Amino acid sequence: MSEIKYLKTPLTDSEIKSLKSGDIVYLSGTIYTGRDAAHKRLVEAIANKTELPFDLQGSAIYYVGPTPPKPDQPIGSCGPTSSYRMDPYSEALMQKGLKMMIGKGPRSSEFKEQIKKYGAVYLSAIGGTGAKIQEAVKKSEVIAYPDLGAEAVHKLEVENFYAIVTYDSEGNDLFEKGIATYRKTKN
Amino acid sequence: MRKLDLNLVTQAVKKMLIEACEKIPVNVIERLREAKEKEANPLGKSILDQIIENGLLAMTRHVPICQDTGMVVCFLEIGSQVVFDGDIYEAINRGVREAYIDGYLRKSVVRHPLDRVNTKDNTPAIIHTKIIPGETVKITVAPKGAGSENMSLVKMLIPADGIEGIKKLVLDTIFNAGGKPCPPIIVGIGLGGNLEKSAFLAKEAVLREIDDEATDPIARQLEQELLQEINDLGVGPMGLGGTVTALAVKVNTYPCHIASLPVAINIQCHASRHKSVVL
Repeated sequence: MSEIKYLKTPLTDSEIKSLKSGDIVYLSGTIYTGRDAAHKRLVEAIANKTELPFDLQGSAIYYVGPTPPKPDQPIGSCGPTSSYRMDPYSEALMQKGLKMMIGKGPRSSEFKEQIKKYGAVYLSAIGGTGAKIQEAVKKSEVIAYPDLGAEAVHKLEVENFYAIVTYDSEGNDLFEKGIATYRKTKN
Repeated sequence: MRKLDLNLVTQAVKKMLIEACEKIPVNVIERLREAKEKEANPLGKSILDQIIENGLLAMTRHVPICQDTGMVVCFLEIGSQVVFDGDIYEAINRGVREAYIDGYLRKSVVRHPLDRVNTKDNTPAIIHTKIIPGETVKITVAPKGAGSENMSLVKMLIPADGIEGIKKLVLDTIFNAGGKPCPPIIVGIGLGGNLEKSAFLAKEAVLREIDDEATDPIARQLEQELLQEINDLGVGPMGLGGTVTALAVKVNTYPCHIASLPVAINIQCHASRHKSVVL
C-alpha cells in the first residue's frame, strides 16, 4: 500500500529504509543538483582524493539542469533529466554516503543492485513539469563548477518537492510493477 | 524577384522559439485531457494532471514548459523567387542566440561532441533547406529536447520484414525506452528513402499537428494500429505503468530502393514544441 510521506533533509538511514516503492514523497530542506558533467567531476575528485564541494553523507542529488532564472525568481524551469546517464557514476557517490537520487526514467540493473547494497533510494520527479517544480524551489545557489552553466552544482532549498519512490532500498521497482499491471500484449 | 529583409527572419525565429518553449499547443493540451480520461492507472492520471497544470502555469507565468529547451531544428522552405540581403543561416542563428539569451532559455549545445564545451548561446541550429516555387519563405522551428531524441533510431530493414517487422521495431524501441522520453509521447516514423531520408521523414512526421492524419491510406492505417499497440504496451505516463503511452503516431513515407526498407523512429515528448511562420 503506497503512502504519502513528508521528509526533511538530512535523511536518516531509517527514513530511507521506510520508503517503499510507490510512496509519494514531499521533500523539504537542502538538495544538490548534478547531471552528466558535474557527476564526471565529482567522481574524478573522489578518485584524486580532492575535496568534494559538498558533504555527500545522507545527501540527496536531483538530476536537473535548470533554465536561467528571470530577475524575480530563485530558479528557472527545473524538471528532472533522464537518470540512466548517471548510472556509470552513481556507485562512487553512494560509497561516500549519497542516499537519495531524484530523476526520471528507468536505470540499469547494476544500479538497482547498488542501491540495495548501499541502502539508498531512487525517486522519480515528473519529466516535463519544470514550471510546476519551480514552485517548490525557494532558494538556489551555485556552489561548484560555475563554468558548466546549467550543469553546475546548485544547492537548492526546497519545500514540499513532489517525487515518487521508484526503486526502494529493498530493490522493489515501480516501473516493472506498473508496466506489468497494465501491459496487454507481449511483443 | 522579392527581396527579403533578413532582420525579419531573425525576429521571427526569436519570437517563435520563446513562444514554443513557454506555450504548449492548445490541441496538445486537449489531447492530454482526453488521455487523462482514458488513463486507467490512478498514478498515471495524477501525472497527466500535473503535466496539464504545468502547461497552463508555463503559459501564464512565461516560464519554459521544460528546462530542456532543446537544440533548435529549423526547416526552411524558400521560394525560388526570393533573394536575401545576406546569409540566411547567420540570420537564423542570430535569432537563436537572441531567443536563448534574452528569453532565459537553457543553453544546451556543445561545440564538439567530444570536447563538449558549451557554446553558451545555444547555436548553431540544425537547418534543413528546401526550395519551393513562389515568393514566400516558410520557417518552422522546433526546440528539440534530448530526452526524447536520445530514444530515437534508424534501422535498415529488408522488404521481407514488411509491416510486421516495422511494428516490432517500433514497439521494441518504445518499450525499451520506458519512462526515458517522458511519455506520453508523440511518435514520428519515417518509412522509405534511404538512411538519411528516413530520419528526415521521421522528423517531419513528428512535427505534424497532433490532430493531423496521413492522407496515404496505408500510412494512416499504420498510424492507427500502432497507436493502439503502443498503448497496449503498458508503459504509461513517465513509464510508471498505464494505458496511455503515446498521444499520437505519425507516419511519413517516400519511395525506396527495391532492396531496402529503411525505418526511422523519432520520438517527441508531450510538450510538442514547434512553431511555423510564412514570411
